[in-house]
Amino acid sequence: MSSIETQFIPKSQHPIVEAIKAFRQSWAGMLGLILLLLVILFSVAGPFIYAVDPFEIIWAPLTAPGVVANAPFGTDHLGRDVLAGLVYGGQATLFVGLTAGFLTITIGILVGAMAGYYGGGVDEILMRITEFFQVLPALLFAMVLVTLFTPSIYVVSAAIGIVSWPTTARLTRAEFLRIKNLEYVKAAQSIGARDNRIIWRVVLPNSLAPLIVSATLTIGVAILFEAGLSYLGLGDPNAFSWGMMIGAGREYILDAWWLVTLPGIMIFLTVLGFSLIGDGLNDAFNPRLRER
Amino acid sequence: MDLALIFLRRLSHAVLLVLAVLVLNFLLIHLAPGDPADVIAGEMGGATEEMLAEIRELYGLNKPVIVQLGIYLGRAVQGDLGQSFFYNAPVSELILGRIGPTILLVTAALSFAIFVGTFLGVLASYKPKGFLSGFVTLFAVIGYSAPIFWTGLMLVIVFAWLIPVFPIAGMYDVTLDNGPVGRVLDILHHLILPALTLGIVYIAQYARLTRASMLEILGSDYIRTARAKGVSGPKIYGYHALRNAIIPIVTIAGLQFGSIVSGAVLVETVFSWPGLGTLAFDSILARDYPTVLGILFFSAVLVIVANLITDIVYRFVDPRIRTGG
Repeated sequence: MSSIETQFIPKSQHPIVEAIKAFRQSWAGMLGLILLLLVILFSVAGPFIYAVDPFEIIWAPLTAPGVVANAPFGTDHLGRDVLAGLVYGGQATLFVGLTAGFLTITIGILVGAMAGYYGGGVDEILMRITEFFQVLPALLFAMVLVTLFTPSIYVVSAAIGIVSWPTTARLTRAEFLRIKNLEYVKAAQSIGARDNRIIWRVVLPNSLAPLIVSATLTIGVAILFEAGLSYLGLGDPNAFSWGMMIGAGREYILDAWWLVTLPGIMIFLTVLGFSLIGDGLNDAFNPRLRER
Repeated sequence: MDLALIFLRRLSHAVLLVLAVLVLNFLLIHLAPGDPADVIAGEMGGATEEMLAEIRELYGLNKPVIVQLGIYLGRAVQGDLGQSFFYNAPVSELILGRIGPTILLVTAALSFAIFVGTFLGVLASYKPKGFLSGFVTLFAVIGYSAPIFWTGLMLVIVFAWLIPVFPIAGMYDVTLDNGPVGRVLDILHHLILPALTLGIVYIAQYARLTRASMLEILGSDYIRTARAKGVSGPKIYGYHALRNAIIPIVTIAGLQFGSIVSGAVLVETVFSWPGLGTLAFDSILARDYPTVLGILFFSAVLVIVANLITDIVYRFVDPRIRTGG
């Protein structure tokens, strides 16, 4: 059917299709995806299957895992079911992680795109602001914000977003600086496309690869942030979260190892899922790195 | 450009950043819900009328906002970060009393991470597809994904409970009276677990970074030339390649100072290390805002100074950057 010549021309595919193929070959990426799906399933479907109130006292305090059947993962210092805590704790953690991650990426891309595309004075001002946010130790700043405005999952998400956007902004700016002088951007400018259109429809889509990788990692970092704040007791007091469980169990660490160990494993697996997906995407988007 | 001139420019830049942090603190006091005097008193509605009146007088809270900002900046520049009503002491005094342990912890963790990380990275670059390379990559992903306070608690369970070789908390044992040398050894003994906890994340990152930049440099022409003229393997790795591979590490380490300070806050609370982090935590629980904002300001100054130092160090490490602005 096909002539000899066309056999040697590789079939061209949409870059996204190619990236998905490459991603599927990355064991790290696939492992991360599976991990994350399991964590989501555990947190979203878990409450329906294991409907125990995490705030309810069900047994004697500090019962070790495996001792009684109705508390398979043991009980905490008040006698609440640890497994129920693990099941419910994921929702707040994932919600805050995703919201804060989304906010971080949105602010970061907006600032970075403006700075990179317009350059000059705009760039100077925006980069000074970015630098300013970078000298403030992020966790301390978030702690201050959360304390000044009463902690709720929304305030916590906003605080994490406000303190962590500079990295994304710098990355976006670098990408925009690289791309804005390429010929296809010049071409768009020469046919009279408006800045707005060029920024969002021409340059941004072409800088998406590194931004998507960074977005996955950003969500992971946001989850660690939420965990840190909740561990310090600065999370939403009405939302059960893994970090909060560790914070509450810390005092009993020498009597009840499971109180700090188990929720920590959940946080670790969730963030690991995002990190591995980020790694896999990085490999998928950068064919040059696939060799290493 | 003249090195002194560059330095002066960076310095003025740093001073502006410090002022900006002060303005932010001022704004935070005023943006917070409620009466600024209440925020400063740190009582959230519980302060006595006389106390509030005194604060209003002291900070000029009845005057226009811009005048208030002037008063606030003027006081801060003179080293007056306010008074902690909770500890009943000047904030600057509180912070100066706690800054030493934090700097000790952060520098110990950072030097440890740079040393071990670079070493692992160089070893891994020797065989890019070998076991150690895989281990470094895996370790980096794991180190990056575990919450730092949890790593600390796990180390406590293992090294202070299962195999009790290290103390659980604090910076030294008050019951011991063993002379200055004994005291130093005792502090080091207490320092190991917290510094290890804080360092682990960065060891992994630096190892990965060193490996990547070593691999890039090992493929360059001048290394091939060195090999061709018969320079020994260790000398190529340890001298020719590492000298260039270390530059990104220095830069990153400097830029990460802020995130290390953040990590220190968590690590200090895990190990009850008597530094700025535990002070921040205690004062947040007590709603002692002047202290909290003072710590935010002070740690930002630490980061600014660290960045300034990095900037200078890295000009010395890499002669190519010395001439640039």
